[in-house]
Amino acid sequence: MAERPMSPHLTVYRWAYTMTLSILHRMTGVALAFALLGLVAWLVSASMGEAAFEALVPLLMSAPGKIIAALAVTALIYHFCNGLRHLAWDLGFGYERADARRSAVLVVAVTLIAAAICIYLIFRPDTGAV
Amino acid sequence: MSLRAPLARILGHGAARDGVGHWLTERVTAIALAPLIVWLLVQLLSLPAPDFRTVTVWIGAGCNPLLLILTVLLACWHSWLGVQVVIEDYVGGFLSRSSALLVSALVHALVASAGVYAVLRVALRGAA
Repeated sequence: MAERPMSPHLTVYRWAYTMTLSILHRMTGVALAFALLGLVAWLVSASMGEAAFEALVPLLMSAPGKIIAALAVTALIYHFCNGLRHLAWDLGFGYERADARRSAVLVVAVTLIAAAICIYLIFRPDTGAV
Repeated sequence: MSLRAPLARILGHGAARDGVGHWLTERVTAIALAPLIVWLLVQLLSLPAPDFRTVTVWIGAGCNPLLLILTVLLACWHSWLGVQVVIEDYVGGFLSRSSALLVSALVHALVASAGVYAVLRVALRGAA
């Protein structure tokens, strides 16, 4: 790599919670790449016939399976909400510090509520889905 | 004093011409994915049972195959672009960075085609 000027490293800045949301967007994004792999594996197993698919079902419906599904859904909802925040920035809205902090709180609040509903549905005793 | 032209010094060190396209494609796929993700999440969470019959009937019903294929393709595309940026930011060294980018591209292509193939296989089984 050629010598190039570097921008100031992250650690020189005083921590603000908007930075946590920023890094969480990346982390959930990478996690969702793996979740996508899981979703497609599920579709592939359905295409391989009943035996292959039914072999996976107990695994999916087990407590660890449901916990992983709950984490993936939470990551998805967060990445979705914060993604909308990023799109608003791309259109030029919400750059002021107060706005960015308010939208951060909104993203976290909406994520918590929506994720709570989804996690309830995943762990609801008589349902099958996910 | 170097006799190398300024252009020759910067060529091959990245950031030329296609950065905006990458950035824009990431946004376009995000916007396209937004309604599809809401649809998929609602559908999955409201599946009445996790068994083979329920799931395969759902995959093949109505517009579901089309929407599933769109979701898988756009999600793979968006994921590929995003993972690429993460690798470029955190993986140093020419060899490891290039290998990581190559593996990511190939895995995303594999997942995309496997997803499309699986949906078509389930959906067309009923039609055949």
